[in-house]
Amino acid sequence: MSAEVLALSAAQASAAIGAGELDAGELFSFYRERAEADREAGQEGLNCFTWVAREAPGKAGTRVRETVPHWPDTVRMHESAGSSLAGVPLAVKDLFCTEDAPSQSGSRMLEGYTPPYTASAVARLREAGAPLLAKTNQDEFAMGSSTENSAFGPTLNPWDRTRVPGGSSGGSAAAVAAGLAPWALGTDTGGSIRQPASLCGVVGLKPTYGSVSRYGMIAFASSLDQAGPLTRDVTDAALMLAHMIGRDACDATSLAHPQQIALPSAERLDGVRIGVPAELEPEGSSIEDGVRRCFHRALALAEELGAQVNTDISLPHAPYGLSAYYILAPAEASSNLARFDGVRYGLRAASSSKVEGATDLLDMYTRTRHDGFGREVKRRIMLGTYALSSGYYEAYYGRAQKVRTKIAEDFATAFASVDLIATPTSPGVAFALGEKTADPWSMYLSDYFTVPMSLAGIPAISIPCGLSDEHARAGANGAEANGSGLPVGLQLAGPAFSENKLLDAAHALERAIAFDSTAAHV
Amino acid sequence: MIGRDEVLHVARLARLALAEEEIEPMARELSAVLEHVERIGELDLDGVQPTSHVVASSSKVDVTRALRPDEPRPCLPREVALAQAPAVSDGGFLVPSPQA
Repeated sequence: MSAEVLALSAAQASAAIGAGELDAGELFSFYRERAEADREAGQEGLNCFTWVAREAPGKAGTRVRETVPHWPDTVRMHESAGSSLAGVPLAVKDLFCTEDAPSQSGSRMLEGYTPPYTASAVARLREAGAPLLAKTNQDEFAMGSSTENSAFGPTLNPWDRTRVPGGSSGGSAAAVAAGLAPWALGTDTGGSIRQPASLCGVVGLKPTYGSVSRYGMIAFASSLDQAGPLTRDVTDAALMLAHMIGRDACDATSLAHPQQIALPSAERLDGVRIGVPAELEPEGSSIEDGVRRCFHRALALAEELGAQVNTDISLPHAPYGLSAYYILAPAEASSNLARFDGVRYGLRAASSSKVEGATDLLDMYTRTRHDGFGREVKRRIMLGTYALSSGYYEAYYGRAQKVRTKIAEDFATAFASVDLIATPTSPGVAFALGEKTADPWSMYLSDYFTVPMSLAGIPAISIPCGLSDEHARAGANGAEANGSGLPVGLQLAGPAFSENKLLDAAHALERAIAFDSTAAHV
Repeated sequence: MIGRDEVLHVARLARLALAEEEIEPMARELSAVLEHVERIGELDLDGVQPTSHVVASSSKVDVTRALRPDEPRPCLPREVALAQAPAVSDGGFLVPSPQA
């Protein structure tokens, strides 16, 4: 029984529940026990979760208490989102506010914080029938590409526990890859859904900026942050996305998506023009051979399915994407994280917790922020504050916003001659724990291919496209690995609001690639 | 390159205390990252408009009417808003005096 349940994708489980073949309560308990076992194991397990639900909700999708009166359309799901999610439990990245469950964004600053309201994306999925299963581990405030920056310890990659799962949505990606959750919600600012999906061998989709409400997401860089699904397959990603999108009065940057999201059905790519940009080689490093081989195999499969692969397109400003991103994102972060000051919620430094005493307000602020933030977060706050400080604004932030315009124009030009753009999702496979922590830029380079799409606000999906045999895989507890090779992700990107086209192409390729998404189940 | 004095100046702007042993590594790491990001200085960007809403500037979706009517609406009850505060007093947030 349990092996059969574990084998079901979220869409299959939802259909089985709808047909009366599977009980939603039993499904919840099944995954709850798996998730709880990992949580209890701590660093002996994968450390995917920061919180796991204690019991199944009385009735799947039951609405919980809402303390905050929302605008009427805040929690109303997309009118025509299609079938219900029928009680398939959902793992949610720690940074989404969830009423009655800790929401700590991987930070000591918010240890134990339980928000008084629920993020719109989570509320919409719950309304559609997906109850909250667990909160997943992440890099602190989503700043990182390995989930090693979490205050709650690193998450391990289920394919090889000596390696990172990627980040910042590493807990969500690892939980789906390990079969500890049917599907998971993540966020992507410069690659934080797609890169961990790539490193864990699952599907990750970053929607068009604005198509999913950011209300209730603990903010990192507001002009880039976007919520999206991490799933076992492309159909599950479409199903989850269909229930997330839509304008929300609580997020003024959210937009009404001009299309309904349909479940993908394409099996061929006839007439689809796929562009491969000339600017594939990152500055100061290069694509691993194993990644390159998998990428070219995927392109060959696309051609067999009828696609025209065009290697003549160019994104001349894309190589500047990472530089612009590491001005813009820290600048916005330095502003967003100003709210953590020890006054309204979260940590207040112990040495200044007594109001009567020698300490003053400024001292309380600076000590609280010293004690509450981890090293990478401090580095980005400093970088962002520097870039925004008097005399530097135009040279850094102003110029970076113009580079962003040039990158968006590059994509617009490219999309005049191709429908989709393909790249590897990340230049390498999952790297060893600790391998890139000493050199920030080497860590940042793992988002080289994902950052330009974030800056342009366009949708992009990562699907597993094979195993790189370049690296041996270490088994659990030092045992011999069962099989060899580490997952490689293929990134496909399309113009704004082209999610349906993207999902269809990814679906056709996924069938042809036939990657075993259950191979790393624990 | 960023030196010790500049790190301390920026930390003061960011309301961030740094321990003595954190200052030198911070200066080194910030300098290294700045060296990379300063590559955007190579580009000729005269006359380029900066991006505001990335999708609005590149598609036909209307985001100009994003403002809601300025009407009062219910908000968090006071006790809920105060429930997570480190210190409260008389129905408000309690903080140290600015000039203790």
